[in-house]
Amino acid sequence: MRDHLTRGGLSRRSLIKGATALGAAGLILPAGVRRAAAEPKRGGILRIAQAAGNTTDGYDPATWDSQFVQVLHTARCGYLTEIAADGSLVGEVAESWEASADAATWTFKLREGITYHSGKSVSGDDVVASINHHRGPDSKSAAKPIVEPITDIKADGNTVTFTLSAGNADFPFIMSDYHLPILPSADGKIDATTKDGCGGYMIDSWEPGVGAKLTRNPNYWKPGRAWFDGIEMNVVLDSAARQNALLTGEVDVIDPVDLTTVALLERAPGIKILSVAGTQHYTFAMDTRADPYKDNNVRMALKYALDRQELVDKILQGYGTIGNDHPIGPNQRYFYADLEQHSYDPDKAKFYLKEAGLDSLSIQLSAADAAFTGAVDAAVLFSEKAAAAGITLEVVREPNDGYWDNVWLKKPFCAVYWGGRPTEDWMFSMTYATGVPWNDTFWSNARFDELLLAARSELDEDKRREMYHEMQSICANDGGTIIPMFASYVMGMSDKIGHEDRVAGNWTLDGFRALERWWFV
Amino acid sequence: MSDIWSMIARRLLLGLLTLFVISLIIFGATELLPGDLAQNILGQSATPETVAAFRRELGLDLPAHTRYVNWLLGALQGDFGTSLANKRPIADLIATRLSNTLFLAVYAAALSVPLSLMLGILAALWRNSIFDRAANALALTSISFPEFFVAYILIFVLAQSGLFPSMARMDPTTTFSEALYRTFLPALTLTLVVTAHMMRMTRAAIINLLASPYIEMARLKGMSPARVILKHALPNALAPIVTVVALNLAYLITGVVVVEVVFVYPGLGQLMVDSVAKRDFPVVQAVALIFAAAYVLLNLTADVLSTLSNPRLIHRK
Amino acid sequence: MSVLFTIFWIAVAVVAAMALGWLFRWAAVAASRGEARRALKTAPLAASFGMLVILIYVVVALFAPLIAPYAEREVVGAQFLPWDATHPLGTDNLGRDMLSRLVYGARNTVGIAFATTALAFFAGSFLGLLAAAVGGWLDQVLSRLVDILMAIPALIFSLLLLTIFGTSIVTLVLVIATIDATRVFRLARSVAQNIVVMDYIEAARLRGEGLIRLIFREILPNALAPLVAEFGLRFCFVFLAISALSFLGVGIQPPTADWGSMVRENATLITFGDVTPLLPAGAIALLTVAVNFVVDWQLHRASGLKE
Repeated sequence: MRDHLTRGGLSRRSLIKGATALGAAGLILPAGVRRAAAEPKRGGILRIAQAAGNTTDGYDPATWDSQFVQVLHTARCGYLTEIAADGSLVGEVAESWEASADAATWTFKLREGITYHSGKSVSGDDVVASINHHRGPDSKSAAKPIVEPITDIKADGNTVTFTLSAGNADFPFIMSDYHLPILPSADGKIDATTKDGCGGYMIDSWEPGVGAKLTRNPNYWKPGRAWFDGIEMNVVLDSAARQNALLTGEVDVIDPVDLTTVALLERAPGIKILSVAGTQHYTFAMDTRADPYKDNNVRMALKYALDRQELVDKILQGYGTIGNDHPIGPNQRYFYADLEQHSYDPDKAKFYLKEAGLDSLSIQLSAADAAFTGAVDAAVLFSEKAAAAGITLEVVREPNDGYWDNVWLKKPFCAVYWGGRPTEDWMFSMTYATGVPWNDTFWSNARFDELLLAARSELDEDKRREMYHEMQSICANDGGTIIPMFASYVMGMSDKIGHEDRVAGNWTLDGFRALERWWFV
Repeated sequence: MSDIWSMIARRLLLGLLTLFVISLIIFGATELLPGDLAQNILGQSATPETVAAFRRELGLDLPAHTRYVNWLLGALQGDFGTSLANKRPIADLIATRLSNTLFLAVYAAALSVPLSLMLGILAALWRNSIFDRAANALALTSISFPEFFVAYILIFVLAQSGLFPSMARMDPTTTFSEALYRTFLPALTLTLVVTAHMMRMTRAAIINLLASPYIEMARLKGMSPARVILKHALPNALAPIVTVVALNLAYLITGVVVVEVVFVYPGLGQLMVDSVAKRDFPVVQAVALIFAAAYVLLNLTADVLSTLSNPRLIHRK
Repeated sequence: MSVLFTIFWIAVAVVAAMALGWLFRWAAVAASRGEARRALKTAPLAASFGMLVILIYVVVALFAPLIAPYAEREVVGAQFLPWDATHPLGTDNLGRDMLSRLVYGARNTVGIAFATTALAFFAGSFLGLLAAAVGGWLDQVLSRLVDILMAIPALIFSLLLLTIFGTSIVTLVLVIATIDATRVFRLARSVAQNIVVMDYIEAARLRGEGLIRLIFREILPNALAPLVAEFGLRFCFVFLAISALSFLGVGIQPPTADWGSMVRENATLITFGDVTPLLPAGAIALLTVAVNFVVDWQLHRASGLKE
């Protein structure tokens, strides 16, 4: 665990004064990273099958929500910044960036000579229009909350200046969010239905909910990327169908793999499994305003009443790690490795129940597989183990349809999925700060909020680490979220696919960038 | 005979009324379902302001009856509108999927209807024989397995060995014979799923008549058992058989979403399920009306055939 | 070779089934008297076997807690344990004893399926016969209503109703029964329509028989055969409906064991040739075949055929 702290750790300097990792070598390769297979080479058509994709998917970046569109549009478009495989931030459309001393004004310098598929050059005005698409009172964008702190954007030729309402040392990370592609603009507005983009692949055809065909952008600027000549993307909702397509050689990559049978799939000839630990985690959220979860003793009792290792073994088949009731993953910069691990202990649970003045507890836990794959099973296992602590946990299976509308944020105790965010500040301020829309436990802790604000603009690396450690501790021992496990991204592929040793864990499929990062050996 | 025509005309008018009522029910139901398109597209990312902005843009903030009337006026003029989610015209969205759905339904029907009628007649002819028992046991076993499970078994046996593709992908360049090859497994799955029902009804309806006096008479005249069944029993057993066949044909058009998902076949079922999940109301309406129309027409055909098979019904007093 | 082995084992199974059927018939004949005894004596082996299977299922369902080695929801070990002495059928995806789950599944699944089918048949066939017997506007209203309900795809419709009314077992039974009843209605009506124009019905009407008497004494006995045949299948469709609904997350609440969901949970294993999902699926199939063998026998008796 310890070495995760130093690995991938970004120095304060590299954050404030970001420089592109695209050095003279022309490869986005942090020093010391070895390639997994032979040297990459151009050519071939990549056929990929993904689970998430709807017939309702569209071109408007404000509404992207399925993994299919996320991967498709990441291949089509460029972003200001990009999260590299090791979790560090590198420039994409932006070549470099610089912050004011209070980290409240950020100036991005754009890379020269990037063009869209249509041939038009990428300009500062496009950046302004692309980000403004998500701002303002008429914005219907899912990204609106993260661009909310921006008070002003100005373009001056090739530089773009963002003014924030308060200092944020991690602001450039936010510009890598998949909702914020740089698209061509006219009169200060982007066309939300455009197929154009400045990424490595151009869309030939796309039938939402079925599949898409892409060809390589011959004028792509980025060296050492976009190896495939073309891509064939398929939506295959059924996990057995995806497996069969891979087994019969009808596709080269599937995402995700059904964990129940992953051990059997791995044995098949010519197939390899890629598992990447990241920030994705599964939670059980308690409404801290409601009885009996109001009492932190009850929350602690429940945190000691489930067997985390059993969940990792039986729900994730070992493809994951146990969580410690805070949302920071072991690979992240300020992960608190020495924090006491909560583990299954019925006696402790009973002790906390007694502290709360209760002999036994009878509650309902809402779950559906829409929350995360295996959520209902996880709840059933929780319920079995909690019985030993005198807790009667009735599992209520909710309909998958409408889960996020009717159950999440409504039922006092329910299963939730989080993709996680690349920075501690982003994750905490999105879901744990007092009063934010996604605070699904309605938790409010004054000390936590105070630390969150202070850490956001703290310049001293050690002080900042200390603050984040304390926040993780508060979250674990007072928060309303039970985080039993961090789930790895597990993909299956033909052994003819090559990729770097280090595959990004910020999102699935190499941080949504497998299409431009991988190759055929 | 003119009675039949007036009955068809009356039923077609009633069919239109049925469609209208269904459009009301579907609209009411999508209204009753919690959440709307704005919330569902934004999902976990929904905040009150973005949802409100989204609703304004789509006109979802209008009262329900206004939206329904607007939709109805458009539909009456043949304009079913555009998908709320991605702004594509509904006609575009549905055209290829509808032809895919019909193709698979006709394919499966061409395999299953003759097969089940034949098996049913033979089982009635050789009732209680080993053939009868075996055919029944097999058909019943295949019908007891959930569709997706039948599909998995077929894939395990026929696709993993490389005989047939496990993904039934179709695109505009697919030739007819290639389409038949690629969709063989889904068609076979559907055949296995619907055959038992039709076959057993055929067998039951025929056996039910075998003790009737006129069958006895035919038999006494020295007619062979096969001829007795084909010439005398079958025509009179047609009503329940046709009803069940129509039910199953309707199922082949409207109920095959699971098979579509397992074989990655782009049909209407998946479109309907996705659109319901996202509350994309105009798409749900259009697909539901297509399904309902298919059902009404098949049912009407079944009723006309049953009526024709029984002269007493034509001249009902 | 493997084909020969398969054929051999199928033959063994068939012979064993016939032997069991014969034994059961012998025992049943010995234990019964009067009318039932005469009927049982003529029962074909297939029907006897069917009755035996149904009896076993009923016993298992009634005495599940006594028969099952472990509790329904108890996690007893690691997941997917192989078959051995402690766990005769291994364990499932959460490490629960498979045999115990199957035994409890009999209780939940068969009970629910029977209640649902009975309800659907009672409502569907009564209304269907009534519509055919009365005709006129009642027939029109009921038929059009059923048309409308049937024209909405069943899965979407039940999902909708369950989302609105909640997902208790009672609503599940009522919703599936309502949808099934529309199918039964259509069949009953179309069969009865052929009967009501018969001369003997005309005669009964002229005799002044009341409507209810007409339906139950004159029409129903003559419409029974197709209805009974339909019953055997509808029974099995209920399992499938529950399985499909649990796929959408609105089926029976966990950790209650039901065969439909058990197939669903383990289904992907079959693509690697693992037989685990075949156990619950086989349990459904065996019951379906058994019920329909008995139905066939009754059908044969009802037809009045002597051979």
